[in-house]
Amino acid sequence: MSKMQGRWSWMTGLLVSAVLAWAGLSPAHAAAPKPIIEKAAKGEQCVEATDYMRRNHMKVLNHHRDKTVIEGIRTKQHSLKECINCHASEKTGSVAASKENFCVSCHTYASVKIDCFDCHSTKPQPPSATRPLTAEGAHYKHKLAAQAGVGITVEDMAGVAK
Amino acid sequence: MSEIRSKSTQTVDSPERRRFVGAVTASAAGLAIAPGVMLYQVAHGKADDQGVTSAVRWGMLVDATKCATGCNDCVSACSTENGWTPVTESKHPKQAPQWIRKLELQDPLTQMETNLPMMCQHCAEPPCVDVCPTGASFKRADGIVLVNRHTCIGCRYCMMACPYKARSLVHEPLNDTQKPDVPRGIGCVEACTFCVQKVDRGDGTTACVEACTAAGHNALVFGDMNDPESEISKRLRELPTKQVRADLNLNLGVRYHGI
Repeated sequence: MSKMQGRWSWMTGLLVSAVLAWAGLSPAHAAAPKPIIEKAAKGEQCVEATDYMRRNHMKVLNHHRDKTVIEGIRTKQHSLKECINCHASEKTGSVAASKENFCVSCHTYASVKIDCFDCHSTKPQPPSATRPLTAEGAHYKHKLAAQAGVGITVEDMAGVAK
Repeated sequence: MSEIRSKSTQTVDSPERRRFVGAVTASAAGLAIAPGVMLYQVAHGKADDQGVTSAVRWGMLVDATKCATGCNDCVSACSTENGWTPVTESKHPKQAPQWIRKLELQDPLTQMETNLPMMCQHCAEPPCVDVCPTGASFKRADGIVLVNRHTCIGCRYCMMACPYKARSLVHEPLNDTQKPDVPRGIGCVEACTFCVQKVDRGDGTTACVEACTAAGHNALVFGDMNDPESEISKRLRELPTKQVRADLNLNLGVRYHGI
């Protein structure tokens, strides 16, 4: 390497580092605005620790979705539907309708596309009406209870009689 | 002190103990509004953390002799429950999803008319599952044939393979019009799920059956075909029934009487 070339590369390096330093300090290039995290309307505490959920909610949801779709296990703790029930915005009634809504605000900040809501509703389930207990449903429950060795309650049978 | 005394007098079948046990079970479930008035959750078919098992096989009996001409109640009930747009209201009727459809058949020789609903037959040996390249099309342990939309790539092989024309593809974005209980979306194949959300909730019935019964036709019966005591098993024992395209040996979950 010649002496001239060495000087040039040294000067370029200096220039680049100066530009980078300026970019970092300039107020015109401040970091993207921090996401607004809406407080969950219902509930005090998330189903897992907040720090854990921020990093791992996608793993938790993916695991639970396979359990639900394939095995029919519908526990509430890690269900997306329950996330939505709790985190839906009071204004829009949704977790992803506007930029401030719970899921979207962070995902916009992190620049990660959410696919969930191509198929899943972003709104909580409206409170369900009471359903009449059908004979077939009660019969099915009775059978499962017998298999599991658990007795059926007096109330259940009273419900069937009605 | 009075509590201790009352406990000591309790025997296994004392009324006091019964009341206590009843109250504990009810309050544990959080369901009792008033004595004797219960919310629907009591009808839970299985505990939420239990997976489905092959001890149950869900099936349906269609009594075509009771299925009324011009009645479309099962179809509209399905569309309301599961959130798909009825074909008549669709902008693109040829592409519109159809989970259940009403067929009106006529014998060209005798002019005899037969009405019947046609939907996924929930085969024990489903051809849609055989052909699926990603494993998205699958049969649940309790015999319900479903599409796992998380793995479906929308190739539509299953639509080609199905002898009953039971599946459809969602061609257009649904823009958050889905029901919270029934996720469905663009680029995925879908079909009748035997109202899996209702079944898992323990309703023990489907939207179409409810509608048919409410209309007074009673042409549809839903239940566990593995259980000899269920209504469907009893009816299947009594009535001569047929499987559509029985020659394919698919062991269908939907049986027809009067076709």
